[in-house]
Amino acid sequence: MSAGTLYDKVWALHQVAELPGGSTQLFIGLHLIHEVTSPQAFAALKDLGLGVRHPERTVATVDHIVPTTSQARPFADPLAEEMLATLEANCAAHNITLHGLGSGRQGIVHVIAPELGLTQPGMTVACGDSHTSTHGAFGAIAFGIGTSQVRDVLASQSLSMGKLKVRRIWVDGQLQPGVYAKDLVLHVIRTLGVKGGVGYAYEFAGPAIEGLSMEERMTLCNMAIEGGARCGYVNPDQVTFDYLQGRPYAPSGEAWERAVAWWSSLASGPDAVFDDEVRFDASAIAPTITWGITPGQGIGVDETVPTLEQTESDERPLAEEAYRYMDLQPGAPIAGTPVDVCFIGSCTNGRLSDLQAAAAVAKGRHVAPGIKAFVVPGSEQVAAAAEAEGLDQVFTAAGFEWREPGCSMCLAMNPDRLEGRQISASSSNRNFKGRQGSATGRTLLMSPAMVAAAAIAGKVTDVRQLLAA
Amino acid sequence: MATPFPFGPITAVTGTAVVVRGDDIDTDRIIPARFLKCVTFEALGPAAFADDRAELAQAPAGPHPFDRPEHQGASILLVNRNFGCGSSREHAPQALMRWGIRAVVGESFAEIFYGNCLALGIPCLTASHEGMLAIQAAAAADPAAAFTLDVAAQSLSGADQSWALDLAAGPRQMLSTGQWDATSQLLANGTALEATVARLPYLATFAA
Ligand code: SF4
Repeated sequence: MSAGTLYDKVWALHQVAELPGGSTQLFIGLHLIHEVTSPQAFAALKDLGLGVRHPERTVATVDHIVPTTSQARPFADPLAEEMLATLEANCAAHNITLHGLGSGRQGIVHVIAPELGLTQPGMTVACGDSHTSTHGAFGAIAFGIGTSQVRDVLASQSLSMGKLKVRRIWVDGQLQPGVYAKDLVLHVIRTLGVKGGVGYAYEFAGPAIEGLSMEERMTLCNMAIEGGARCGYVNPDQVTFDYLQGRPYAPSGEAWERAVAWWSSLASGPDAVFDDEVRFDASAIAPTITWGITPGQGIGVDETVPTLEQTESDERPLAEEAYRYMDLQPGAPIAGTPVDVCFIGSCTNGRLSDLQAAAAVAKGRHVAPGIKAFVVPGSEQVAAAAEAEGLDQVFTAAGFEWREPGCSMCLAMNPDRLEGRQISASSSNRNFKGRQGSATGRTLLMSPAMVAAAAIAGKVTDVRQLLAA
Repeated sequence: MATPFPFGPITAVTGTAVVVRGDDIDTDRIIPARFLKCVTFEALGPAAFADDRAELAQAPAGPHPFDRPEHQGASILLVNRNFGCGSSREHAPQALMRWGIRAVVGESFAEIFYGNCLALGIPCLTASHEGMLAIQAAAAADPAAAFTLDVAAQSLSGADQSWALDLAAGPRQMLSTGQWDATSQLLANGTALEATVARLPYLATFAA
């Protein structure tokens, strides 16, 4: 049993009651909703004759279905239009703040809540999207929930939950140039497996983690769920506080000092007890890329697609399925694999620093002939900040399309999608079969800088070579 | 829909079984993302496994079990390892439920999927790797066999055999007492909830 960790402290504070089934009723401090997983929850609420208990603790935005070319209403897709209209009506009926298109604050839910200062240390954060783990970067306990749980949070501002174990992922050293938080988390998942974290919260700690910016920490925690850990978090520190200060929903004035004192008190102490610990050395990690159909099928860009002999016996059927689906040869180098589509964006890697890293690679170069490359900022704020720095110009000059904010080809619920057997270099978080909108489409996950390098070269390329050039 | 949706205490599920083999079947496969574009779950049943079914329709190994005539009306789904991994979409258990599934037995389940099923009153029980292969073999050998899944006894019987399964005590009790219907339980503790609100520093501008 873990003790004295941030997870334990935050859990205890939010515990409302023990429920008859043995689970805990946990208060939810921040509930984020979007157009895809909330309408059914509101419909169920209505069926039950219930209202929203704490509408001031729920915040909405629209991200999954919005087109990234023209966001003029009504949308060309009537179903997408219906989903957005339903969200608007539900928010209006229940007094829920909606950061809609053109508000200056719209964007992917896991991008906007941090940048607005809504996400804060010590909160419990829930959202009907599995990448809610992102918010753990602030020292919050944040997890994805299903639609019936969205209904429960709306009705009761709480959830029935079982407590997780806590595994500390201790990372020494420092990421090398050209290696990013995305590579670190793909490396962790590759090592521990996509199921390695089931039943655990991951606490990311150690010198390498302390050295990460907030945006990098968000990338890391975002993909904890891909390693099976329902939430991942980083203890709040000065980096966290500096990021939050001055944000619209962050405490200010006198309350700021008290907030920082409380936040600081939440961090796992030196005596904290963990259920498990795993250690990594950041310095040894290369740019990492997936070759298969789960985020755990990752390798360094300088490695070869693992052969069956190099694969654990219980992973072999999945490896064989991946060879077939991806049409990649076991034992062949991953570098040099031709790509068709290059996507920079998503809640994993659609923030300003991600775009800066990609632009640094794209600057003064040009996308290879025949490649479709596009950049989707994670939010209206990210887009504005990037445009203020001229990143949009860098990208368009290099042959990338510069789009409007949204989830886009991360899950392809909007018009951005792969066609047929196309293979994408993608800065998103899932490479499952069919994830990017074509039932036979293929996805290689990598950092935004690596995606930019792939776009320039037309094939998988070690970004470090371009950065050195 | 032949069987009504789960309601009240769930002590047993009886019906024919359908085998969907494979490890790590994720929710994108159970319900492809394009079907998420809906404001109610009503129409999801026929879309369960849509892409896999389309792919297998013409294949020598096909059609997909969900398309085989002998499995129409099946209520117990038999799967393998890490079923329901990936996206948290509740559309996945909703699609399965609306297709007719009332219980799932497999080697292991992804956590969010498992929770989503429980919240719908769909028990997910586990068996060992060998046990699962035996169950699947028995069900495949006799598609017409009726199976009974006993929640309290944690067992599956049918085709003249019986297998021990696992279901954690919490979910077992929740299902057999009807407590899986979480909303009403959560609403019962209003006073304790407001006491929690009162002690959380961030809800009181950190005044505490
Ligand atoms: S970017 Fe992708 S993972 Fe993130 S919220 Fe949108 S759909 Fe979900």
